[in-house]
Parts: sequence; C-alpha cells; structure tokens
Amino acid sequence: MTTLFDQLFDAHSISDLGNGTHLLAIDRIMLHERTGASALNSLAATGRAIVQRNHVFAVMDHIVDTFPGRGDATSMPGGTAFITETRAAAKAAGITLLDVNDPDQGITHVVSPELAIVLPGLTLVAPDSHTCTQGAVGALAWGIGSSEAEHALATGTLRVQRPKTMRITISGRLAPGVTAKDLALHILAAHGAAGGVGHAVEYAGEAVAALAMEARFTLCNMATEFGAFCALIAPDAVTFDWLRGRRYAPADWETAVRAWQPLRSKDSARFDREIAIDGSSVQPMISWGTSPAQSLPIDGAVPVGEAGAAARAYMGLLPGQPLLSLPIDAAFIGSCTNSRLPDLARAAAIVNGRKVASGVRAIIVPGSGRVKREAEALGLDRLFTEAGFEWRESGCSMCFYAGGESFGPQQRVVSSTNRNFESRQGPGTRTHIASPETVAASAIAGRIADARSFCAGAPLADVAGRSDA
Amino acid sequence: MPAAFARARRLLMLRVAVMPEPLRTLTAVAAPLLEDNIDTDIIIPSREMRSTGKTGLAAGLFANRRYRDAAARIPNPDFVLNQPAFADAQILLAGTNVGCGSSREHAAWALAEYGFRAVIAPGFNPIFFGNCVRNGIAPVVLPRETIAALTNPVTVDLEAMLVNGHSFALPDEARLMLLEGLDPIALTLKHADAIARWQSADRLARPWAWLCERATSR
Ligand code: SF4
Repeated sequence: MTTLFDQLFDAHSISDLGNGTHLLAIDRIMLHERTGASALNSLAATGRAIVQRNHVFAVMDHIVDTFPGRGDATSMPGGTAFITETRAAAKAAGITLLDVNDPDQGITHVVSPELAIVLPGLTLVAPDSHTCTQGAVGALAWGIGSSEAEHALATGTLRVQRPKTMRITISGRLAPGVTAKDLALHILAAHGAAGGVGHAVEYAGEAVAALAMEARFTLCNMATEFGAFCALIAPDAVTFDWLRGRRYAPADWETAVRAWQPLRSKDSARFDREIAIDGSSVQPMISWGTSPAQSLPIDGAVPVGEAGAAARAYMGLLPGQPLLSLPIDAAFIGSCTNSRLPDLARAAAIVNGRKVASGVRAIIVPGSGRVKREAEALGLDRLFTEAGFEWRESGCSMCFYAGGESFGPQQRVVSSTNRNFESRQGPGTRTHIASPETVAASAIAGRIADARSFCAGAPLADVAGRSDA
Repeated sequence: MPAAFARARRLLMLRVAVMPEPLRTLTAVAAPLLEDNIDTDIIIPSREMRSTGKTGLAAGLFANRRYRDAAARIPNPDFVLNQPAFADAQILLAGTNVGCGSSREHAAWALAEYGFRAVIAPGFNPIFFGNCVRNGIAPVVLPRETIAALTNPVTVDLEAMLVNGHSFALPDEARLMLLEGLDPIALTLKHADAIARWQSADRLARPWAWLCERATSR
C-alpha cells in the first residue's frame, strides 16, 4: 500500500461498501456533447439535479466540425442535435459550458488541464475512455459510462471497485527524436493491449521525470489502450509550474502546492505488478496493424505468422514487408494524444520550408483554441498552410469517424491519434499511429518516413526541443 | 461546519426522484416469447432509438416483430403482444441468454416504459440483467421446463422469492433495489449523511479543491 494510487483512493473513500468496493468522492466531472445531453437530460427526467454544479464542465469537441468558420451545422448527419441539446441541457443545469466558439473550447482532455479544472490530488471522471490522460498531473482520473456519469452528477460520488496497482518504471533517457508517443507504443507492443487490465498504472523513473507536462499527457493518454483503469504520474515542480496561474488554479497557491508535495508513492510502496523499461532502448514507433499493440520500430517489417493475418489483410500489407517508404494518402496531426503546442512545434520543425508530397491530404487540428492561438502567435499556422497542410479549428475531428468526415476506404493514413482500430477514422480507412514528427515527415515524403532523417529547422528548435527530449 | 453540512445534506436529499415503483408482489399476465438469444436489437432496433434521452421508446419495443410495417406502425396480429389475451402483459417469459448483444440500456428502458415489471428466463446476459434491476424490472431465473409450465396469471413475489410457488434467487442489492424502488443513485443516497459529513470536512481540509460558484460564472 501507500502507492500514490492508494493515497488518492483512500483519501476519497467516503464509505467502504465491502468486497473491495468503496463509495468515492468525485471532485470534478467533465461532459462532452456526444454523451453529455443524455446524462444531463436523463438526470433531469428523474427530477434530480447536480449536487456540485460548479464542479461540472461540458465541452463541445466530438461532433462539432473543425472546418474554419464552423457553427452548429455538422458534417455528421444528425450531429447538430447533439450540440444544441447539450447546450440547452448545460444551461438548464447551470454548469460551465465551453461552447463551439468559446476561445477555450477544445478536446476535453486538453482543455481540462489547460484551465486547471483538473489538479493534483483530485478525482475527475468523464464519460470518455481517454480521461486517463488527465492523471498526468497526479489526479485520479478515469473514464466512466453514461449511467455512472448520472450517478456522479446526482450524488458527487461513485461506487468503485479498487483496482490492482502497477508501476512502469522507465530508467535512463529517451534518445533524441524519441517521444512520449513512441514510449507509449513501445509499452503496448511489449506488453499487449490487455497488459494493464484491472490495474491503476503509475509511470515513474528518470525518463518520466524528464518529460515536459505535454509529453506526460501523451504517455498517460494511451493507458486506456493498455486496458488500464487509470494512469498516474506523481506531481512535481514541472506539474506545479505548468498549472500555476491557469484559470481555475487555486487562489491560495502555496497552500495547494504544500498539499500536493507529499503526493507520491512511498519508497516502501508495494505494487501488484512492476514493469521496468530501459528508456534509452525505445525507438521511434509506428503501428502496422489494427490494435495499438501491433506496433513496431519505424524501420521494422510487418510480422509474418497467422496471428496477424486479419490485421494485414485489413491494412493491405504483406508478411515481412518493411513499413518505411510505404506510400500514404493522408497525414493527420491532432487528438487528445498529440495536439498540444509542443507537438505542433516539433512537427513544424520538420515541415519548416518543405512541402507536403503531391496527392497527400495533410491536416492539422490543434487540441484547443488556446493551442491554436499560441501556435498562430508563433507563425506555425502559416508555416503549415504554406507547406500544404489544412489548419483547422480545435476538436476531435478525424481522430474518430462519427458518420461525417472521413478519409475513405483503403486510404492509408499516418496519424498522431491513439487508435488504429478498423474503421476508426472512416469505413475501411487504414490508420498507422505514430508521433507528430513521424506524421509530419511522412506527409512531406508521401511515404512512411523516419523523422530522424529530416534535419529539424533551427528557428523552432527552442520550442520543439524542450518537450520530449 | 454545521451550516455547510446542512446545505450538503439538503442538496443531496432534494433528489427524491421519480424512481421505479417498489416491486413486492406482482400478479399479472405473462407473455411467452420462448426463444433463446432474444438480443437487445430484437427488443429495440437501433433505428428506434431516436433521441438522446431514455423515454419515447415503448412504441419501438420489439418493433421488427410487433409491426408488419414498423415505419407505418401497422401491427402484426401474430405477435404475442398484439393478441388480446396478452394485451396487458407485465411479465415477459423468454428463452435463455435474453438481452444479449449490444449493451444498450434502451432495451430495459423500452420494456419498462411499455409496462413490463419482470422478465422470467432460464438465463440472462449480465449487462441486461443489471439494466433490468436499475430500471425496476425483476430479472427472474427459472428452469426452462418450469417457465414452460407457468399458467396465467403469474405471481412474482419478491418478498418470498417465489414465482407461482417456484423459488428463485437474486443478489441482495438487486433485491433491495427492486423491493424499495431504488435505482443505484437512490441506493447511494442512503449514505447521504456520510457524504455530507465527508464534504463539509473536506471543505476545511482541502479548500483548494473547491471552486466557488463565482469562479464558474463567466
Ligand atoms: S481526440 Fe479522439 S480519442 Fe481523444 S477524446 Fe476525442 S475522439 Fe476520443
């Protein structure tokens, strides 16, 4: 015990309900328009109200379009109703809504930390599987179902079965050109998509301590692909500096930091499982199949063997085929995994002065309005559009197919997102997930490319260099 | 902090919701649909789930079986619920693995809205089982032969745990929820005092964790 997870779990336990199930206090609830209206309306229909409405936030991110000049109209048939109903339900419930054209609108898991809605030591839930992203600040954050969202709204609590604990310790340093995304894919490739099932995962070690806050979000984001209950990184000076001064940061900052400093696993802490990884051995990774665990070092070859036959067939690949130089149709940088400022800046450092290969559709979707503004202040939008990228409004966009926009059947896409499932980005679309650098380099080359062979442009190195190195 | 405690307690107790009616003893007509693997798509086809809410679903219940033309709502006289003897059925008799397929809670919502208060089958899909309990429908497991031999009216007695004299089992919490008409929220609100106590202590212990109302108005 006395792991960071157990500290947070026990501190929020209101009542032990037996059989390892506790009634946990929930500090923050995030909703989005894909499921938000149904949770709020169904609560209202039973005559109930939200118990702490100032701790509940709703965001428009999943269904809203990301085309410039967008409004409530959506390319997803019937999508507008989700937006207008969520807006009406949020107003009726009296919760804070980051509406379509709010300057701070964006992907839930990007805007929540940006506004310091999530803080170290809090519990936060959202009806979205990538809520684990937010554990990177040292919060207990996990994804829930619709009925649970209603329960949390009405009672400020959830019934939770205590998961097992796992620590993944990454020693040493990541090599130049290797990012948190590569680390996440490396862990998935080594331990499988079910490697974390039933466990709360804490990432620790020298390589994790050296990650910038944005890279920590990327790492924790993909814990759900690992099957984990939630992901955690102990908060430290990097966390505190990053959160300071943000909109909902505590007014009495010193008191808060004093409360957060002890939030770490004790030296004597015992985890149910421990995994050790040598950070210096991690290489740039890319997925070849239809599960994030079907990933390889970028210079690897598609596995032979019966096990991968269905994935190979879907992806249009042959056993033993190298991934490098495979022609692509599209490149996508965005999603709650890799859409923050340093992600875009590192991609820009590779694109700088180059052009997207002809015939390749390349799209950049900043994770939030704030990321977009900050990128534009650095001139990244011009750099990308001059190279031939589309520069979008923030949102989930083509991270997932909601019935509207898609890349098309059999189109090969290199994507900075988190899921390469069949038809995730559109019916029949073939997705390879990788770091923003790999996506940018591949967009330029028109083929899957190793970003390390692209010499990063100097002017952006100061922004880009800090984030993952 | 008695004031904060009182406020938290009051907020929690305000939620006296319109929950399922308590179900102690029910004597009603049981309609037989004795096939195995009646999935949630049969119970409510996806095109019948038109809104983001959980109401307005009763008309879509069993739509593909119940109507000759589902779009025009032209009834199929052969379907059991369209037969006069079963028009007022409140109990559904089914084959095993009832509620399999998609986890959509709409299946239970549609059954409840139509008026069903019990489903009796040799086996249930576990998610559907939980969704039934949550929505005031008793999921009763009985052997196939016992179900086939039941004669109307059927009495489901949750206090004695008997159906027309045949005993059945139900987990304690599920039974409590059905007997008292509680959904999981109402069940949790039985801890309202503990929740309110925790919250008023937490406001003192972690003032930084609490956003004041003013902070959210923009
Ligand atoms: S960006 Fe993609 S993974 Fe993230 S919340 Fe949106 S749809 Fe889900």
